[in-house]
Amino acid sequence: MIDTLRLTAEEASGLLERGEVSPAELHAAYLGAIEERDGELNAYLRTVAELDGEGVPIAFKDLISTRGVETTAGSRILSGYTPVFDATVATRCREAGLPLLGKTNMDEFAMGSSTENSGFGPTRNPWDPERVPGGSSGGSAAAVAAGLAPWALGSDTGGSVKQPAALCGVVGLRPTYGTVSRYGILAFASSLDQIGPLTKTVRDCALLYRTIAGRDPCDSTTVDLPGPVELPEGEDLRRVRIGLPRQMLELEGIEPGVARAVESALDLARELGAEVAECELPRSVEYGLPCYYLIAPAEASSNLARYDGVRYGLRVDEAWELDAMYERTRDAGFGDEPKRRIMLGTYALSAGYYEAYYGQAQKVRTLIRREHEAVFECFDLIASATSPTVAFPLGAKTQNPLAMYASDLLTIPSNLAGLPGLSIPCGLADALPVGLQLIGPQFSENLLFRAGHALEQALAFDAVPARLAGAAT
Amino acid sequence: MAILREQVLHVAQLARLALTDEEVERFTRQLGAILDAVGKVAELDLADVEPTAHPLDLVNVWRADEPRPSLAADDALANAPAREQGAFRVPPRRA
Amino acid sequence: MNRWEPVIGLEIHVHLKTRTKMFCACAVEYGAEPNTLTCPVCLGHPGTLPVPNARAVEWTVKLGLALGCEIAAHAVFHRKNYFYPDLAKGYQISQYDEPLCRDGRFLVPTAEGELEVGIVRAHLEEDAAKIVHVGGAGGRIGGADYSLVDYNRAGTPLVEIVTRPDLRSADDARRFLQLLRQTIVELGISDAEMEKGTLRADANISVRRAGDTGLRTRTELKNMNSFSFIARGIEAELARQVEVWESGGEVVQQTYDFHADTGALTARRTKEEAEDYRYFPEPDLVPLSPPPELVEPVRRQLPELPGARVGRLRADLDFEAATGLVTSGRDRLFEAVVAAGGEPRPTANVLMNQFATAGVDPAAVEADEFAKLIAARDRIPRDTFLRAVAESGRPGFAAEPYLAEAAISDTDALAPLVERVLAENPKQVASYRGGKEGVLGFFVGQVMRETRGKADPKVVNELVREKLRA
Ligand SMILES: [Mg+2]
Ligand SMILES: [Zn+2]
Repeated sequence: MIDTLRLTAEEASGLLERGEVSPAELHAAYLGAIEERDGELNAYLRTVAELDGEGVPIAFKDLISTRGVETTAGSRILSGYTPVFDATVATRCREAGLPLLGKTNMDEFAMGSSTENSGFGPTRNPWDPERVPGGSSGGSAAAVAAGLAPWALGSDTGGSVKQPAALCGVVGLRPTYGTVSRYGILAFASSLDQIGPLTKTVRDCALLYRTIAGRDPCDSTTVDLPGPVELPEGEDLRRVRIGLPRQMLELEGIEPGVARAVESALDLARELGAEVAECELPRSVEYGLPCYYLIAPAEASSNLARYDGVRYGLRVDEAWELDAMYERTRDAGFGDEPKRRIMLGTYALSAGYYEAYYGQAQKVRTLIRREHEAVFECFDLIASATSPTVAFPLGAKTQNPLAMYASDLLTIPSNLAGLPGLSIPCGLADALPVGLQLIGPQFSENLLFRAGHALEQALAFDAVPARLAGAAT
Repeated sequence: MAILREQVLHVAQLARLALTDEEVERFTRQLGAILDAVGKVAELDLADVEPTAHPLDLVNVWRADEPRPSLAADDALANAPAREQGAFRVPPRRA
Repeated sequence: MNRWEPVIGLEIHVHLKTRTKMFCACAVEYGAEPNTLTCPVCLGHPGTLPVPNARAVEWTVKLGLALGCEIAAHAVFHRKNYFYPDLAKGYQISQYDEPLCRDGRFLVPTAEGELEVGIVRAHLEEDAAKIVHVGGAGGRIGGADYSLVDYNRAGTPLVEIVTRPDLRSADDARRFLQLLRQTIVELGISDAEMEKGTLRADANISVRRAGDTGLRTRTELKNMNSFSFIARGIEAELARQVEVWESGGEVVQQTYDFHADTGALTARRTKEEAEDYRYFPEPDLVPLSPPPELVEPVRRQLPELPGARVGRLRADLDFEAATGLVTSGRDRLFEAVVAAGGEPRPTANVLMNQFATAGVDPAAVEADEFAKLIAARDRIPRDTFLRAVAESGRPGFAAEPYLAEAAISDTDALAPLVERVLAENPKQVASYRGGKEGVLGFFVGQVMRETRGKADPKVVNELVREKLRA
């Protein structure tokens, strides 16, 4: 019997290599676990029964285009849409022999921090089904946490890999902007979207990042990695200088349990040899969220214009008139959050407001980049909590968009600067996982993996949700 | 920085979203609150700051002018809500 | 229209004849079955991304240099957002405030000197899909039952050229466009055929009182698909505006279509609110910064441009002839023929008339042989000359047989020869006149030898008899 709750991708790969388990058995074990546990969690929107590959199976967030497999970005406007091509990351996984398990649930068009904005019902947190898994990659995070996938891909625009990783107690990487192809990824905000792995361990994360990263001729905004991705081995943090942004430590709204877990993880970092000291990111923390909520909706308003009922997806055309068709289709197909952001972004770009909103936000983005660059003159990494809170109850923030947006306060600044960030589980607060966010300079993934791995070993966090621990036999 | 109901209607028209009265009322309220929060960026004097459109400073990414096969016609139209004679069929615009 | 001065600027769209589209690798071809030259990118499928065509960038630089533009050190693609089924993504990728080429000037020779047309910008963008309106009133958009969209054209590369409002007559506009077209064709970047739509021009038109410097409200004239329609359309719109002002009215900013068949102008539906395209930098693309290694070779390899060549021909020819030769692509042949001894004016005349009518490709013509034809044009019969001109592009064409053929059939051409033979043989003339009619054969033989046997003996016979009788 394969214990999918505990099996890491690296271990699964070993089982396959040694012939102890066949690819079909492994695939079937996960499909069985999904069958057993996903009724409650709703982490998957659909599974793939055919086995296509000899490697460790994987789950994709439902905004990764998969040829012949429905892809909806969690939106009713794309119900039934079946891509005729594969996203580059899907191709790379296929070439690496990773069979697809299925497509995971998400906030519609990756707009949200709780996966409650899905057009197909919310995903629940495996640690507590009354709580959200975070979002927007909540389906992928929940699937990995609940042993419904050994690893998964999500996407991160404002924190959509890091934050659900934190809330579900798994590892999540948001890579340096431009290192992973966006070709075939249903776009939310082009200058921010990045695909990233959600895994049980940092080494799994590095393995999956190695599989998907690198320049793609189909994505003009990608670059070659400066060097190969290294699997972390070391268990110390000697000579690693970690900066703690004072404005993040002192942030109003950080739950005490979260602060405590992060603090003890940092104590451990010191014990491992790291030099830990406070640093300053005043503008980034104060203006990051406003800046993000202008840039991302503006780009989204344009990226989502293609959902017009002409070439694919939903069409509502009872009036048989072009503009009525557009308006009715988009009204029926989009949920509230995409509508809000489309309108916000349209407004921010519209005549007379561009300079004050979008133009100004782009300048703030420059400030935020510079501020981070300055910190990296003295520090190798920046650390903070990933999310100010642990997983919150379903429905707690759905009526208040601004409260929901605040979930990404700590992940947004480095995202705006295009920097990589790793979230690892660093303990529990109120029996719910807390994530530690590590941010590095551009292309510092190897350092993030090294530091994350060392801390992970020292923390010895048990990633199996307590309530499921007895479930596997 | 509140947003007026008429502005919401105008933006919805630009974005081709038909909104119910209830939605107009709700979005006017919510967008007003969001704009209040994001309007904070206006506090900064950034006259001398260059905008960042893109996190990497790349230029001149292009491809050779070499054709590759197009989609089979069936694939091109596979997801079309309505098609006719190999084309996408759409309602007319009436003035 | 003495009291009103036309103020005209043009916006020209040129289809580049690259092998592939602007942002995807679909082939650019005309006349393919609908939607067979499409891919996920040009169909705007979710998640697809644009990758620019390097050749399209290079060719835009080339055109920009030919228009005397500055090539931007930093150019940016923007998104122009609006909804219409011909846009697969809900936006067109175009350029906005940082175009690839800007601030050029293009000189158009005129009878009075050179007309300088300022070029505001030349930028690169993608074309939209083709829409066919079905049913209703004659396929027009207004009463259609439905529309069919073909994305084969979607995403093909276009250069948009915007001039300053420096044109002062419909004729200026036509001349400018003809010279621009010839320049584009010679650069080898486009067929630039208005009939095929690979060159399209819209005009921004206003009028003002002669002597005024301000600008009055302008209108936009679209949908003109030939040089003569453009001139006629502009004339019609200028006349309309003058009438509006003269009758105490006010010209309203609006877009018109000119219908060449009826000469009518129809206003397009006015929108309650002006378009708001919400331009912003295309986040899926990085800026263009054409390096000197790209720009300088293009600059060095620019051919001598048509405008300059018109100026050079003016030494020998009047303005109309010089312009005509250059804009028809016959000026290089003209120069070669002149260099081979052809007289300029008759050469130009023949090239612009008989040669043009016959549709001969100037590049296929041997200048030396053509010069011989020109020299003999008055000596050989008209139909022979026309035939020779029509054949002048054939491989291995030689003028000689036509010139010789002229001697055979043409009494006027043979007469001097006969007279010379008679004059050179006074004794034989005397003996013929003395009654020895057999000497006739001697004269005929002499003439035949002079024409290397190609003269018609009957005609020669007649001629000799006639001359001896005189
Ligand atoms: Mg244009
Ligand atoms: Zn294409």
